[in-house]
Amino acid sequence: MRILVLAKQVPDTRNVGKEAMKEDGTVNRGVLPVIFNPDDMCALEMALEAKSRIENAEIFVLTMGPARAAEIIRESLYRGADKGFLLTDRKFAGSDTLATSYALAQAAKRINPDLIFCGMQAIDGDTAQVGPQTAEKLSFLQITYAEELVEIDAQTIMIKRRLERGVEIVKSKLPALVTVHGSAPACRARNAKRVMQFKHARTPSEMRDIETRIMASIVERPYLLIEEWSADLINAEENYLGLSGSPTKVKKIDNVVLSKKENKTLTASDTEIEQMMRELIMIND
Amino acid sequence: MKKIIVYCEITEEKQIAEVSLELLSKGRKLAEKLHLQLEAMLFSDEVKGAVDRINDFGVDVIHLAEHITLFPYCTLPHFKLVKAVFEQEKPEIALFGATSVGRDLAPRIASTLRCGLTADCTALEIGDHTETKTNTAYKDLLYQIRPAFGGNIIATIVNPETRPQMATVREGVMKMEEVKQKKTAEIKRLDVEKYLTLEDFAVEILERHIEAPKVNLKAANIIVAGGYGVGSKENFDLLYDLASVFGGEVAATRAAVDAGFCEHERQVGQTGVTVRPKLYIACGISGAVQHRAGMDQAAKIISINTDPNAPLNAIADYAIIGDIKEVIPKMINSIKN
Repeated sequence: MRILVLAKQVPDTRNVGKEAMKEDGTVNRGVLPVIFNPDDMCALEMALEAKSRIENAEIFVLTMGPARAAEIIRESLYRGADKGFLLTDRKFAGSDTLATSYALAQAAKRINPDLIFCGMQAIDGDTAQVGPQTAEKLSFLQITYAEELVEIDAQTIMIKRRLERGVEIVKSKLPALVTVHGSAPACRARNAKRVMQFKHARTPSEMRDIETRIMASIVERPYLLIEEWSADLINAEENYLGLSGSPTKVKKIDNVVLSKKENKTLTASDTEIEQMMRELIMIND
Repeated sequence: MKKIIVYCEITEEKQIAEVSLELLSKGRKLAEKLHLQLEAMLFSDEVKGAVDRINDFGVDVIHLAEHITLFPYCTLPHFKLVKAVFEQEKPEIALFGATSVGRDLAPRIASTLRCGLTADCTALEIGDHTETKTNTAYKDLLYQIRPAFGGNIIATIVNPETRPQMATVREGVMKMEEVKQKKTAEIKRLDVEKYLTLEDFAVEILERHIEAPKVNLKAANIIVAGGYGVGSKENFDLLYDLASVFGGEVAATRAAVDAGFCEHERQVGQTGVTVRPKLYIACGISGAVQHRAGMDQAAKIISINTDPNAPLNAIADYAIIGDIKEVIPKMINSIKN
């Protein structure tokens, strides 16, 4: 069985410091550290768990992004993925979720998986749209918000889904796409042996800048090559990609400006807190 | 006539979800402004009470499908029906709740119709737009407004070319308002068996464990909320103490929930619950815009923070510069006395 994991490298929006905001209120992406999207990490773990329960399963990882997103592939290889692909092309720039899911689906068709896992959402957009949209484009069944892999065999998968007020166990035929909720088990740590094995894994663009010594080892060991896929390679129609393939347009971006309200600033002294509480109780009456 | 369509969700208790009623209320206003018809979609196993409730919101037409297979929600059957309605009715605007159902269904629809969808909007407005590249002017588009990029910016999104203009909205963001005069909507029934095939049931629900909601933040008059600055799960006990003397509820920011200080169902903000209490006591909350989107309609806000520059202080009526471990016990004492 071929299992595909969709993973995204995201700016760490949970720790955006003041230095990341430019004077004009726009975001300076350049200074933000990038991380493996947390939900996608849970998706990788669920894929590894699935692989351990079925015979002859292999895990492929697909990420779309700039050259530096190759780090996502290496990180996945360290944790147990078998192979990775970096989908990278200027033509993808400015893609909204629809254009992104189109590109991912085109690449997935080339990989031809039986089962796809991806995070429920990415922390830079929080839309949770790319999973269901990719499933639709592949005519895959979709199972969203997976918290636990209950059972899997060659034809079916059983998943516990996390809903607002409880859980639901569903059984689905394959092929299917599963989006994984952040409450699912965290990903296993890197495996030291695999780190040694794959630390020189490189994309062709990365190879241009590396030492001949490492280069030689990559030539000897083809599994260290991370394939880079372009829009042409995945047979993507250009008008479905990037800005032209994105029906949503950003009309404007506003800085977050707080309207200064007339307020009282207090210290933690007894008298000031007493006074405030008296005022509040008067309002409540 | 052109129209706005709202997907109405059915709760575990077989009622129309509050978020759907809120969207009908917002849909009514948008429809009046644009001179459009307001229509609802309702797909479930039994719909009688739900139809009656929809009539409180001035809906013109209800697209109704009643079938044993339509509850509880499964993706494909609902997907097929929504798609059929959209292809036939060609709505200008389509609204879904940003619930586990809406966020499963709306993107699959947007993908098949190749139209734009904006998730978790905090405001919906109508306005014009000019596409600078092509110099094309568009009138009366739906402005879909949401915080983005970890809440550091607010983005206004439009879908100039594709229809419907689709958006999901969290519960509590829009205000629920019934119309003064109940209106009996025209019912258009869908022949379920015509649209669904056996293949649409390839995902089967084996078990469900649904709990009654434990906390109802939306109904609380007083909310004591904690952020990452509270520091630990143990320190959250202080917040529970304060909430109990006030007869209020405890809430938390996403950062506090992610850190494990508090359970997810108490999360307030863009990806949690939106609340409008009489008093909101924010403890150790810096005030990211996603959090403020869920609480800035509170009548009174107190911010307790050691950082005098915390953004939340700017929208607070009282900003107490101090440590919650010092301030909260003093507040409790003050009430008890």
